[in-house]
Formats: sequence, C-alpha cells, structure tokens
Amino acid sequence: MGAGSPVVPAHVRSTRGRWTVLALAGGVLCVAVVASLAIGSRPVPPADVLRALTGGDVAPADAAAVVGLRLPRTVLGLLVGAALATAGAVIQSLTRNPLADPGILGVTAGSGFAVAMAIAVLGVTTPSGYVWFALGGAFLATVAVYLVGTLGRGRIDVAQMLLGGMALTAVLAGIVSAIRLTDPQHFSALLVWESGSLQARGWDVVVPVLPFVLLGLLAAPLLGPALNALALGDDVASSLGTPVTLTRVGCVAVVAVLAGSATALAGPIAFVGLMVPHAARWVAGPDQRWILALSAVLGPVLVLASDIVARVILWPGEVPVGVVMAFLGAPVLIALVRHRRLVAL
Amino acid sequence: MSAPTAEATAADPARPTPWQPHRRRATVVNAALGVLLAALVLAGLGLGDYPLTPLQVVQALAGADGFATTIVVEWRLPRVVAAVALGAGLATAGALFQSVTRNPLGSPDIVGFTTGAYTGVLVAMTLLPRTPDGFAGTAAAALAGGLLTAVVVFWLSYQRGIQGFRLIVVGIAVSAMLQAANTFLLMRAQTEVAMTAAAWGAGSLDLVGWEQAAPATVLIAVLGAGAVATAPLLRQLELGDDLAAGHGVAVEPARLTILAIGVALTAVATATAGPIAFVALSAPQIAFRLVRGAGLPLVASALTGAVLLVGADLVAQHLLPTALPVGIVTIVLGGAYLLALLVVRVRGRA
Repeated sequence: MGAGSPVVPAHVRSTRGRWTVLALAGGVLCVAVVASLAIGSRPVPPADVLRALTGGDVAPADAAAVVGLRLPRTVLGLLVGAALATAGAVIQSLTRNPLADPGILGVTAGSGFAVAMAIAVLGVTTPSGYVWFALGGAFLATVAVYLVGTLGRGRIDVAQMLLGGMALTAVLAGIVSAIRLTDPQHFSALLVWESGSLQARGWDVVVPVLPFVLLGLLAAPLLGPALNALALGDDVASSLGTPVTLTRVGCVAVVAVLAGSATALAGPIAFVGLMVPHAARWVAGPDQRWILALSAVLGPVLVLASDIVARVILWPGEVPVGVVMAFLGAPVLIALVRHRRLVAL
Repeated sequence: MSAPTAEATAADPARPTPWQPHRRRATVVNAALGVLLAALVLAGLGLGDYPLTPLQVVQALAGADGFATTIVVEWRLPRVVAAVALGAGLATAGALFQSVTRNPLGSPDIVGFTTGAYTGVLVAMTLLPRTPDGFAGTAAAALAGGLLTAVVVFWLSYQRGIQGFRLIVVGIAVSAMLQAANTFLLMRAQTEVAMTAAAWGAGSLDLVGWEQAAPATVLIAVLGAGAVATAPLLRQLELGDDLAAGHGVAVEPARLTILAIGVALTAVATATAGPIAFVALSAPQIAFRLVRGAGLPLVASALTGAVLLVGADLVAQHLLPTALPVGIVTIVLGGAYLLALLVVRVRGRA
C-alpha cells in the first residue's frame, strides 16, 4: 500500500454536475425497481406492472406475482442495498480503509452469529424478535474489528483489519455451523436465511426492521461534515471543532444499525458496501456528503440488478443474491488491491 | 508474527554459532511433541463407546485376538492414522508455503487453496458424471481444483514479486468467489449428490477407513520425504532470492518444486477428509515459536500439525455434546488463534 497521495480520479467537480449525477442515478433506480417487479419466472409487461400497483385491471395471477411476491422483495432489495452501501461508505471513511466492507470485516457474521444464538438458545423465531440480536451482534463485531485494526499506535492497519474480520468470520461461522449440525431440524430456517437471499421474505420481515434502516439512513448524512473533517487527520479535525470521539462512536453505531438490519432482512451479503462507495467516490469526488447520498441511491440499483440476475440465471429456479454479489464483488476487490494508488485513501 | 526469514540471524554476527543450541533445542522439542502425539494417539484409540485402557490398546495393537483388536485395528486405527498423516501433511504444506512466500499468512487455507479443492470436487461430482468414484477420483479433482486456484491466486497477486498483503486480499476475494460457486453448484445438484458433497465439505474423519487412510498415508510419507529433501533449498530461499541465486540455487525451479510439493500435500489431505482449515496456518508458526530456530522447522511443524489434528479430532468426537466434523473444530480454534495472534502483534507494537 503505497505512500502515494490519494488519487482523485476525473470526477464531476461542480455542484450542479453532482446534482445531475444524483438525478441520473435516481432515474436508473426507478428503471431497476420496475424491472425487479416485472422480471421473474412469470414475466409481466411494465405497463401491467404499473396497472397492478395502482389497482387497475390485470390478470389475477400477474397481480399476485407483482403485488404479493415481487413488491415486498423489491422493497427489501431497496432497503438492503441502501443500508449496506451507506454502511460501507461510513466504514471506509471511518477506518480510512478503501477495502472495508461490512461483509468482509465480519460485521454481518457477527449479526448472523447473534441471530443463530437467539434461535438456538432463546428459541426466538420471528424477525421482530431477532432484529435486536442482529443489531447487537453487528455492533460488537464492528467494535472488535475496529479495535483489532487500530490498537497499535492508533494507526489503522488495513491488512490487520481485513485479517481480523476474516478470522472473526471463520470463528463465528464455525460455531454457527456446529450448532446447526447438532440440531438440524431447528435450523432449517436459519439455513435459508444464512445464504443471503431476498427470496421468500414477506412484509412480516420488512416491517419490524424498517424503522432501524430508516433511522440509520437518516443519521448517516449527519456524519458527512464530521467525516470530511476527520479525513484531514484527528488533530486538524479537533482544531476545526469536530468532536472526534463522538464522531467515531456515531459512525460505529450507524454502521452497526445499518449492517445489522440489512443482515436481519436478507442474511449476510458481502461486497455491496465495498463496490458502491468506490463507484460513488469515483463519480462525485472525495466529499463524504455526496458519497453518502450517491451510495444510498446506487446501492439499491446494484442489489436489485443482482437479484434480477439471481432470478433468471437458473431459470426457472433461483440462486441467492449473495452468490451473484460475490461474483461481481470479488473481481472488484482484486482490481482495487492491484491498483496500488487506489489503496491509499 | 514477523516472517521467519533468516535475515535476522544473518544481520547478527555477534551471535555465537546459532545453529548448535538451536539443534539441541529442536531435538528436545521434537521428542516432547512425539511423546505428546503418542499419548494422544493412545487416547484416540482407547476412547469411544467401548472404552479401553492404554494397556488394552497396546495389547490389541500387538495382535492379541478378540473384540478389542477388531475395535482398535479395524475401526479406530484408520481414523487416528489418517489424523496423524493429514495433520503432518497439512502442516508441512503450510511450512513450505509460508517459507516460500516469506509470509506467515501465505498458507494454503488463506490463499483459497482448500476452498478451490472443494470446488474441484464439487465440479467433478455434479458436472462430470463419468468421474470415477472413490479416493482416486476425489483426489484428482481436489488436486486439479486446488492447483488451479493456487495458480490463479499467485498470478493475480504477482506484481514485481508477491507481496503479503496483496496475496491475502486476493486470497480472500478468490475464496469468496469460490464459496459462491460452491453454493451455486450445490443448489443445482441432485439432492443425494449435494448431501454427499456437503458432508465432505465440512471436513470430517468420520468416514475414513483403511481404503482412504492407507493410500493417503503412503502419499503423504512420500511427499514428506520430498519436502525434507528440499529443505536445504528452502533454507537458501529464505535468505532472499538474490543471495540464494548467488549461492548457486536455480531460484524459480526450486520455488516451483517446493510449491508443487506443498500443493500436492494439501490436495491429498483435502481429498481424504475434505477441507480442514487453519492447521496449515497455525502449526508451522507454533513449531517456529517452540524451536526458536532461524527458519520454519519442517519436522517440528509436521509433529505439531499431527498433534493439533489428532487433538482436534478428540475434541470433535468426545468433548462436545454431539460428535462434530473435525473441520469445524479446527476452524473455530484456528480462527481464534489467528485473532489472538493479531491482538498480540498489535499490543507488541503499541
């Protein structure tokens, strides 16, 4: 990881240009939403999709597919994408680690572990019951990985942090599979959830978690100015009047809430939080406020597009969206680590 | 967790003949590890639904007729022999990889090799219906998958030399991708194939009988002898490529030979019992700390690996409420070890 200065790629420089980009991203998101409602094992034309949503006259089977199955799934994709991408943007900025991602750093594994414990030990089975465990597990894992990465001399070691996340993931996932093997029947539900999928999760999953996602998404932009100041270094930031410790605590809390609730919704999905903030930074430049805003819009685009691919690739069956995401995200991670200058944030 | 290169000793000319006391220490450590291993093997042969005292185990091994001999020689011995051989093989492979990459994290499990071997087996099971059943087919598939993954990971992380950090991150990325591929393959496979493959994928010695343990032990012994034969080359490479070349070592062929032996050792172990994580990572580092020599000690690493795997299998079988695949025990213990290593390293620098 070179000592080179952060490279600023050719990004949009004017505020007007950034608004244009944000509007364009919003347009792409609308297309993705309609496509997500239309495409599946029973294709529905876009015009019928709109009619089904507004209660117009459509074939009952089409209406059931769009409103009953794909609408909750699309809302789920929107929430998961926005939450994971925003969490990724915050954690990358907080740790000054361009390779940070809630999935790679073990935050989602912490969540998964806590949910598994809740199911196994306490017998919790409803999403509204285990969302708290998902949040708590995500919080503890974030703190643990952050400490492993930063304890030495207060400087953050990127490799150390990634390894810490990997080791944490291995330990927690190992324990979860041990518990699952001891009690297979109890855990069939967990197995579906564990694969990272948007399939077959209805409003009963979305509704209890929704407030947490919205809370995290509303809190994240408040951190933007403070993160911009922190990027100049702790000393400069505190002399500019930024409460450094408070900002850090706020960041960890936001990451835990967003990544934890996304994991409660869809299971562990890696790489969204890695890829999207990079794309946002590439387009909008180093200003955290714009990175956060663009990430929140582009994250759902990525998740919905991947979910559509996941639906059609094994036609008429499906694969979990997490599988598609790994195939998209791993090459990006390799490209990032091979591109030396990008590694310095 | 600094890489055990010989530069440290080379830079310290004041140190009086460092290899003599180190050799004596290595002998003592090896003897102690051997005794520990023997005790664990006796425990492994004696414990079970039909418990036997160590004396009964020894009598049974000596050939006393009766039920005890059947239990020990037919049922328990192949499993314990396999655990010893696989542990030693994985640890030796880890020592070779870590030495050549000059990085304690350059071991086969971190660079995605074991995941790749699993992918190879899954591809053979689900996509190639004409693959021969049994050990040979699985071993070939695991070898092909693992080798391909190792080549891809090293190729992707090569940029004017292999840098540890890049190797690790590329390994994480390739592993994530292969895990996704494994999930995909399991989902499109027929249920019974998927069940067999998934049982293998957890890394277990439950199904190991003599027909797997015997060929695996022979192969690992041959490859282990090859590894010991390359040890002088390994010591030269640890001095750095330029110095080794100056001493007359053909650097690239030597490196390739050593890596090939390491890959083959891991593939044999993976084919026998499925992917067993973290033995290759931790055993050479533990042995290095015990022996305190200049480089990674091959024999002590192999003994440590055998102790770790036999011990982990005892934990998996007897200490937990339900018998579990040994791969789960090693992944939890090994992951915790890696975390502890990171924390110690961090506090050492603070």
